[in-house]
Amino acid sequence: MATLARLQARSKSIAQQYYYRNSVVDIFRKKENDAAIKIQSWFRGCQVRAYIRYLHRVATIIQKRWRGYLGRQQYQVIVKIQRRWRGYKIRKYCFNYYYLKEYLKAVSETNDAIREALEEFAEMKEREEKKADLEREEKERDYQARKMHYLLSTKQIPGIYNSPFRKDPDPWELRLQKAKPLTHRRPEVKRKRSICLSDWLACTSARSFPRSGILPPIDRKRCQGPFRDISEVLEQRYKPLEPTLRVAEPIDGLTEARAQLQKQEWARNVNDNMFLPFSSYHKNKKYVPTMHLSSKYGPDVYGTQHFRDENPKRWICNKDFQTVLPSFDLFSKYGKMYSKAGQIV
Amino acid sequence: MDRQFYVFSVMALLRPLLLDVVPTIQQTAALALGRLANYNDDLAEAVVKGDILPQLVYSLAEQNRFYKKAAAFVLRAVGKHSPQLAQAIVDCGALDTLVICLEDFDPGVKEAAAWALGYIARHNAELSQAVVDAGAVPLLVLCIQEPEIALKRIAVSALSDIAKHSPELAQTVVDAGVIAHLAQMILNPDAKLKRQVLSALSQIAKHSVDLAEMVVEAEIFPVVLTCLKDKDEYVKKNASTLIREIAKHTPELSQLIVNAGGVAAVIDCIGSCKGNIRLPGIMLLGYVAAHSENLAMAVIISKGVPQLSLCLSEEPEDHIKAAAAWALGHIGRHTPEHARAVAVTNTLPVLLSLYMSTESSEDLQVKSKKAIKNILQKCTYLPALEPFLYDAPPNILKHVVGQFSKVLPHDSKARRLFVTSGGLKKVQEIKAEPGSLLQEYINSINNCYPEEIVRYYSPGYSETLLQRVDSYQPLTN
Repeated sequence: MATLARLQARSKSIAQQYYYRNSVVDIFRKKENDAAIKIQSWFRGCQVRAYIRYLHRVATIIQKRWRGYLGRQQYQVIVKIQRRWRGYKIRKYCFNYYYLKEYLKAVSETNDAIREALEEFAEMKEREEKKADLEREEKERDYQARKMHYLLSTKQIPGIYNSPFRKDPDPWELRLQKAKPLTHRRPEVKRKRSICLSDWLACTSARSFPRSGILPPIDRKRCQGPFRDISEVLEQRYKPLEPTLRVAEPIDGLTEARAQLQKQEWARNVNDNMFLPFSSYHKNKKYVPTMHLSSKYGPDVYGTQHFRDENPKRWICNKDFQTVLPSFDLFSKYGKMYSKAGQIV
Repeated sequence: MDRQFYVFSVMALLRPLLLDVVPTIQQTAALALGRLANYNDDLAEAVVKGDILPQLVYSLAEQNRFYKKAAAFVLRAVGKHSPQLAQAIVDCGALDTLVICLEDFDPGVKEAAAWALGYIARHNAELSQAVVDAGAVPLLVLCIQEPEIALKRIAVSALSDIAKHSPELAQTVVDAGVIAHLAQMILNPDAKLKRQVLSALSQIAKHSVDLAEMVVEAEIFPVVLTCLKDKDEYVKKNASTLIREIAKHTPELSQLIVNAGGVAAVIDCIGSCKGNIRLPGIMLLGYVAAHSENLAMAVIISKGVPQLSLCLSEEPEDHIKAAAAWALGHIGRHTPEHARAVAVTNTLPVLLSLYMSTESSEDLQVKSKKAIKNILQKCTYLPALEPFLYDAPPNILKHVVGQFSKVLPHDSKARRLFVTSGGLKKVQEIKAEPGSLLQEYINSINNCYPEEIVRYYSPGYSETLLQRVDSYQPLTN
């Protein structure tokens, strides 16, 4: 009941509110409706356009293919000509098949030739090496035979390589027969060393004064006992010093060379003082030139006694120069313009 | 720490002996220092730290030839260990003195000085530039012309060490007129000298086209090919290195080498060597074939492919196999003719197994994969492709099936062979996603055959037939 009463009290205001709210909305209703219609119509237009585009594309493809097919049918002749032309062009200007084949054949022939040549070269090298090896072995054996020549068999005693139980002698036997025996090494004849004053080795050796290389034989009986041969002993005792190359170089080679150079320079140079450029630059001395240099006139010809003298004795002939060809005017008047001073009489 | 102290005390003992009055003692002390420094780089550092180098350099100028040799030996021994030690030698002004030693009369002194300069220049470009700035190059060229073999060797090796770092240094060396002398020395019978000469020429030629052309103009071909037949292994290696450095620049240079018959000689050389010696020759074939298809064809007709496949299968080292795979890839990638020439030698299965094996290094796997791909894309020789259907991984299988789909539509004999050898059956068994490239290829292969045959070979055909038998109702009369 109370609710009903409340509602009835409010009914008027509710009716007003209801009317008011509906009327307010009405202002925008048309606008919003128009807007919705616009959006929907635009969107539908897009859809349709997209569909039309798709249809166009598909139609174009079909037409393209159909026209291509028709064209291919129609223009067979032209295509034939183009085909022949393209083949000709490639064959003539871009790629020569026969030339390529020839080239490859030539390459394979060159290869074979090179392979043969290299094989020959390798074989030649091997042959040379084998030959060198054989020669070396031969030389070795020859040397051995020369050293062992005493093993040669004699008439009485067969040598070890010529055993009586063998049918033929061993090849070494033949080699020994052919070999020339090695001689003992002769004692080397020492060169007579030129003795100079500065050679300290010479003056301290026991053989300072000149005599023969080998001592004369001592004429007496050999003592019994384990004594060595006297000449050997003396040889060993008086064996001169054989310095190595490294030691033989003088220690003071450099200083010697310097001393030599100094001697040369002392003999040659006029002035002993070292040349010092600008040495008196700081001394502030005024430069006083000599009389010769401080005159106005240059140096005279050698032999002139007086300035401006003439020596008629030195003239070749006593005639003046003749004018063969007239000079031009300037020189014809030379010396004659003002005075006769320069004329030769 | 203890060792360092010991080392320093030794240096302290030796240093005053260098200033001794008797020259023999000086020489022996220098020799001792040299031998110590030669052995170990700690000792060499101790020599540098002990302030011995300035004394050595100062007295180098004045003493006799034995001392000069010993002092140059010390400098060489110190300079060979590391760039820092070599820089220390340069800093104490030793280069000028060494260059003066190069002008000495005694060949032993020249040799020691050239050796020291070579070791210093070996480390990097700045040190080489310092050596060149000291004016060593013309004197080294004069040393080359001396009659002693040891001096020639050392001088050539020093020039090679100078020229190897940069094109400018190589140009400096060439400007001194060294190429003509080196070209003459190729004919020398000494093996070690030939090694050094060939190495020097290859260091010069490797930098640029102009330098390579200059080396070629010195008329080294065909003399260099005789070096490929030398007994010494390293002479062969250096000769093939030289030819490789020349060939890799331009197609014209490669053509020149092919015309001179160099490719055949190198292939023979590969056949007669083993191991690392072969590597430059293999790389040469790769470079020549990579330039153009005519050159690759020239390599093929020189019988290069069987040799390369032999290398691929029998070499134990991975990097040589990788080089051989790379070279084969370049040979086979140009046209179907080339691919056929490679496929005929049965190399493709070997390449595949190298690619699939887990033991091969990554480099080898990458190179063999590239080679297989390149060759397969041009290969139309079907008997070689068939084994691939069975054991290839999917990414390679795609290419194989693609090649089949290109060839089969045009060749009826091949189609027949394909069926009889069981290839069609295998193709049917391949599972491919519908819409993928593999499925397209399979479809195009299936289109070459009549319906019945395709159905006959499709997997599970016997089951479908049996099902039809089960569901068949015989006509009851």
